[in-house]
Amino acid sequence: MENLGYLMAAYAVIWAVVFGYILFMQRKQRRLQRQLDRLQESEDTAKTIDNE
Amino acid sequence: MNGGKRLRDSILFGLGLALMMAALYMVFIYVPTEKNAGIVQRIFYFHVPVAWVAFLAFFITFIFSILYLWKRVTKWDAIAHASAEIGVLFTTLVLITGPIWAKPAWGIWWTWDARLTTSLVLWLIYVAYLLVRSFATESARGARYGAVVGIVGFIDVPVVFIAVSLWRTQHPTAIIFEGGLTTPMLMTLVVCVVAFTVLYVLLTIQSANLKAMQANIERLRNIYLE
Repeated sequence: MENLGYLMAAYAVIWAVVFGYILFMQRKQRRLQRQLDRLQESEDTAKTIDNE
Repeated sequence: MNGGKRLRDSILFGLGLALMMAALYMVFIYVPTEKNAGIVQRIFYFHVPVAWVAFLAFFITFIFSILYLWKRVTKWDAIAHASAEIGVLFTTLVLITGPIWAKPAWGIWWTWDARLTTSLVLWLIYVAYLLVRSFATESARGARYGAVVGIVGFIDVPVVFIAVSLWRTQHPTAIIFEGGLTTPMLMTLVVCVVAFTVLYVLLTIQSANLKAMQANIERLRNIYLE
């Protein structure tokens, strides 16, 4: 079981980076969704003003 | 997202998860420990598939960059960009797991041999690609410049691959193609390669969708501001 630490470190790094990237994408998706919602709200407000 | 795409993503996710579980089982339980190198040789079963995914990702960037310059379809640029991002991520993993394996195997973390140096150059080229994209003042211009870097930068991929044959290196030659693996070792490697390829496809689809969404938001914002 010599060098088990190196083996564990290599696999831990791979999973940490992959999960980190998935987390990064999830946060980005939430941020983009908020931006899209704000744009939609602005458009709706502009339409209401135009109709009035 | 429509039903078809949702189903495709669910199938890919299930398949990826099952394959990754199988890969972990094979790496840690099924495959026998290599006699000379010891337990640390098991890094090989993830190190090689991670490198394969990096090469595949840059190849996809290369193809979709050509297609984007030719037809100017935003979705294709999003795929090229997403693939380059994932390629950089996986090259980073190659550059981290390699030295972790090198230390117990060679007694050193790093050496400036041809395979390692060309891999580092590859990483730097595609980091430059991402920087070109992020520093561009206009997204269409960033896409064009990025596509050029994505095409020219791909020249380094075959150089990395054949570096061990062209020069004398510390890094071993491709024993996979020389019949240097026993059947359980080869089977484990194949399962790991397939699992990581499915993971790559999943990540690229999600990332490309986000990039297309971001481009649409920018376009809508510009229309709205006008």
